[in-house]
Amino acid sequence: MIEFDAATVTAYAARDGGGAPDDVRTLLHPVTCRLVERRVAVIGANGSGKSTLARLVNGLTLPSAGAVRVDGLDTARDGRAVRQRVGFVFSDPDAQLVMPTAVEDVALSLRRLPLAAAEREARAREILGRFGLADRAETPVHALSGGQKQLLAIAGVLATEPAVLVCDEPTTRLDLRWRTIVDDLLDGLDQQVLHVTHDLDAAARADRVLVVDEGAVVHDGDPAEGVARYRALMAATAGCAARSAATG
Amino acid sequence: MSAAPRPARPAWAGPLGLHHPGDTVLHRASPGAKLLGLALVGVLAVTVPGVPAAIATCALVGALAALGRLPLRATARSVAPIALTAALVGAYQWWARGWQVGIEVGLDLVTVVLAATVLTSTTRADVMLDALVRVARPLRHVGIAPETFALAVALMLRTIPALVEAFAEARDAARARGLDRDPRALLVPAAVRTVARARATGDALAARGIGE
Repeated sequence: MIEFDAATVTAYAARDGGGAPDDVRTLLHPVTCRLVERRVAVIGANGSGKSTLARLVNGLTLPSAGAVRVDGLDTARDGRAVRQRVGFVFSDPDAQLVMPTAVEDVALSLRRLPLAAAEREARAREILGRFGLADRAETPVHALSGGQKQLLAIAGVLATEPAVLVCDEPTTRLDLRWRTIVDDLLDGLDQQVLHVTHDLDAAARADRVLVVDEGAVVHDGDPAEGVARYRALMAATAGCAARSAATG
Repeated sequence: MSAAPRPARPAWAGPLGLHHPGDTVLHRASPGAKLLGLALVGVLAVTVPGVPAAIATCALVGALAALGRLPLRATARSVAPIALTAALVGAYQWWARGWQVGIEVGLDLVTVVLAATVLTSTTRADVMLDALVRVARPLRHVGIAPETFALAVALMLRTIPALVEAFAEARDAARARGLDRDPRALLVPAAVRTVARARATGDALAARGIGE
């Protein structure tokens, strides 16, 4: 279970034209909710605060005020334990894959577990097989396709069997085929999944949808209503932008 | 008559190449022994003067590469940029200090990099990490976690091709905008990309709980 308890994120912002960075911006206004559903989608415009919300769950970003807890563990106090429970998949797998070959990258995740080297490698190969990447075990990660890289990144994260998986736009860079593969994979997981996405079809399939706009959660609940709310927000914003462009 | 089509080359894997699975004596040797051997080659290259010694050390490392059945083309491609650097440095030394020094310095550079390539080609990165953790255990006394040290070395190896990729992307972007003769259009975006990649990698490692 993920709990946001008035979690707020603020950051210093430099003034235009330089000077002391003493202006404080609120990136995420207080969020309070308990997420118990298996599939939770987070949607919103670029720069709305979706990723900030997602990063709070894994402790990558700590709340400036309030608290975030995963299964009762506070992300600020128990960061290490939280990261053992929460896996995180980024939109850019290149940043996430740090070892030369696929099997070595999955084995890197397994170093956290008390396994002998041979067992670690065997487990890594077994995991690659489960993700349909068995024949890519020895392939250099930079030679994989974008979809294979993302699949490998997810395999690396799931190797340690986290209880919660946070995915920050994992399909943004993928073509339709790989998007379907990754979506099907995420849909079939036993873990609780918090899915930050621009894919409204994926959001509509979730059990609960949060809509984030200008750093605030403006909808929390039914997926269909959430998607409709997001569409209305985007239509209004696009209309304003078009009028500004037309008037110069 | 049009030229025969040439397939594009695979992405450069870095100066030290990649692991090539195999079952040779070198593949089976312990990574600690191979690290020691690499250190020994480095010491020999620096401390034993003369062209004959440089040729002998280079031949010895070449024989080890053959023993490890390193693929010739991939290995040559890995070492090629260093060979070019060695040629330039050797040429300068030839001009400044004589032909013997020029040949010795150039050969020593190639020898050390080839020895490192033999090590990385016959040792899994994962196994190397374990060895480096063992080697770095004394660092614990000065407050450095051996796991962190080993991970830093592994990341360094992975970062080299990533840096090359960042520069290639920046060069392509500059060309597309007709700015291929402006060094700022190459260096600034490449530096920004590199820093962004480093931050993203740091985030990804933290998210995976690696290095904690």
